[in-house]
Amino acid sequence: MSGNQSNVDSVQSRRVTWEGCSVLLDINDGDRLVFSRLTENSTLKIGKKNYSLRPLIGCPFGSLFQVEYGAEGSKLSRLLRSAEVSNIEDNGDYQPVEEHRDNRELVDNNKAQSLSGEDIEELRRQGATGDEIIEALIANSATFEKKTAFSQEKYRLKKQKKYAPRVLLRRPVARSICETYFTKYPARIGFMRVDTLSLLLSMANVAANSDILVVDMVGGLLTGAVAERMGSGYVCNMYLESSPYPMDIVRMFNFGDEICKRIVRTSLSDLCSVQNDPSEQMGHDVSATANSSNEQMCSHETLTEPSGMEEIALPSENEVSKCKIPKAGDKASQETIDLWKANGFSSLIVAAPELDTWNTVKDLMPHLSHSAPFAIYHQYLQPLATCMHRLQSEKMAVGLQISEPWLREYQVLPSRTHPCMQMSAFGGYILSGVKICNPESA
Amino acid sequence: MLALDPSKKLSFNKTIADGDLVIVYERHDTMKAVNVSEGSVFQNRFGVFKHSDWVGRPFGSKVYSNKSGYVYLLAPSPELWTLVLSHRTQILYITDISFVIMYLEIVPGCLVLESGTGSGSLTTSLARAVAPTGHVYTFDFHEQRAASAREDFERTGVSSVVTVGVRDIQGKGFPDELCGMADAVFLDLPQPWLVIVSAAKMLKPDATLCSFSPCIEQVQRSCEALRMNFTDIRTFDVLLRAYEVREVKNDSMQGHGGSPSQQPPCKRRQTSEGSNKQESISSTIMARPSAEAKGHTGYLTFARLKCSE
Repeated sequence: MSGNQSNVDSVQSRRVTWEGCSVLLDINDGDRLVFSRLTENSTLKIGKKNYSLRPLIGCPFGSLFQVEYGAEGSKLSRLLRSAEVSNIEDNGDYQPVEEHRDNRELVDNNKAQSLSGEDIEELRRQGATGDEIIEALIANSATFEKKTAFSQEKYRLKKQKKYAPRVLLRRPVARSICETYFTKYPARIGFMRVDTLSLLLSMANVAANSDILVVDMVGGLLTGAVAERMGSGYVCNMYLESSPYPMDIVRMFNFGDEICKRIVRTSLSDLCSVQNDPSEQMGHDVSATANSSNEQMCSHETLTEPSGMEEIALPSENEVSKCKIPKAGDKASQETIDLWKANGFSSLIVAAPELDTWNTVKDLMPHLSHSAPFAIYHQYLQPLATCMHRLQSEKMAVGLQISEPWLREYQVLPSRTHPCMQMSAFGGYILSGVKICNPESA
Repeated sequence: MLALDPSKKLSFNKTIADGDLVIVYERHDTMKAVNVSEGSVFQNRFGVFKHSDWVGRPFGSKVYSNKSGYVYLLAPSPELWTLVLSHRTQILYITDISFVIMYLEIVPGCLVLESGTGSGSLTTSLARAVAPTGHVYTFDFHEQRAASAREDFERTGVSSVVTVGVRDIQGKGFPDELCGMADAVFLDLPQPWLVIVSAAKMLKPDATLCSFSPCIEQVQRSCEALRMNFTDIRTFDVLLRAYEVREVKNDSMQGHGGSPSQQPPCKRRQTSEGSNKQESISSTIMARPSAEAKGHTGYLTFARLKCSE
């Protein structure tokens, strides 16, 4: 099947970067995360310098880059496998050795290192690599030998991050995009943690060849994650008022034309309108103007984003048209809307902190197909409790459950395994259930 | 269960037909998978239900027994299937399943390897995630369990995207024919560290691996084995806490209602400012966490294959 082939190709080709693609840059092993777009002129600031991202174009996702100091100044250059092995953590045969050292004599008086800042600069000018500088620092440290093995590792890692920073080229997918936003700008995604997002997708039975109704007021993260998991079928991004909600995060997913065409917008009034109804005319006009003003709004947002997302290197208008970045979020065609009216949506996901939960669900339920599952996300428990109670008393759904996911990460290292010191205490609540037929109308 | 092509979308499948798989819902914790067959009956404490009454009804319908008891007939999904399938082994539930699929970055078109198959709980969700153009190769060393799994996949309609193999993955590793083709590998084995090298050969560069182990010692050994060829090694555990919701009526309405959820009033309650002062009935909806929760299922360790070259 030709469809088969292009689908396989797209999964394959997404493993190597191309000019104009969106990437997630991981600097120093998660210390700093930056979304960027790889163009001729895009740069990344590390320390006080701006480094061109051109060396990253055409490389496989997962490639590691390190700042290299050369005759023409410093640039990002690709670290190949063999160079990485020197990292201490890669020692597969680590034998736990009895540690006799401890920190009883260690005095933190800032006098241990005999190399000065100028000395280091001089070494750089002479062409020393980042790793050589680190070795020099270790050799000139009065206290290094007295540290425990673990402490030495920590020291080395700290110096490496400063003098030989590394940049990992990561693929933006639902997981990495959600994690990054949750770490940096959680409010923009309504504090939706990655395990919560994954539950929404499962509970709402997100799958290929479906029609999924989404109310996304979390910047487009939900819409993008649903579209990514579907591949085909429609994601209907619905707005309940006069203008669509922003969907900028969708652009980071690197969706091709095929998927972008399947992310469509419609207003509730469009969906509800009856043929030949004068209100339909109005409904269309409202959404038409809303759409064009939304396009303006989108481009405005593009330009003003940098103040909030100061780390994003956004392309200029010329670059956008040159790279032909496909756009999602076109208005749904009347044909598609008619299909939805006839058959209903196969499931519903709502993440709308600013709307009244019960009223929203009440308005949308009639548009769901029979036995359709739904998942409602909220930061606050009360709106979900009220909604669940109403759904129960009005016998609109079964299998109702309010869940709160809990996620804990562990550090697993020889003799140093324990849960991580930092933990997210909160990732939101979910109300899930399955729509049933109203017995009265059966 | 899956819409494998656009002409067979889930929303088009409205009414129950002879031979369909339905999920009979009695209560949130009492559900059963039933294949509809003209002439058959379904029996439970609410009475006897004739399948012939079900045929032609829409999914999601309420159906009655000979004793006026009722159940709901729901359309099957991987989530519901996980709750009703027969346990031949301990299974994974939705919390772990959903996190695994997200973290392994599985999308339609992916090729996923799994060992062991167990009761096929995760496998069914993996099938959904890769359909219609991807594939799941799942292996179990127990021939009977592999056969039961194959039957289940036929029953739920996912067999075209799942291949079950009988193979001792710990002893032999994954088959050579799949070298370099996998987008993701999932391991639920007693000694997963024995399989890491083989898994690394199966995976494309930067592709993902997950190992599920109940014990921390297993996790430690797996992580050590992973460090050679894998990066971005992270270990988590995920749990779900459920909440109960109750309506408490204002105690000045004592003796008013008949709703089974009404709590006997115990304290005088101040009605909030926003409530309708005109209405004589006022109630508060309250939520609290359920008393019981699952404490632990297993640790999930994820990793990515290092880029070579």
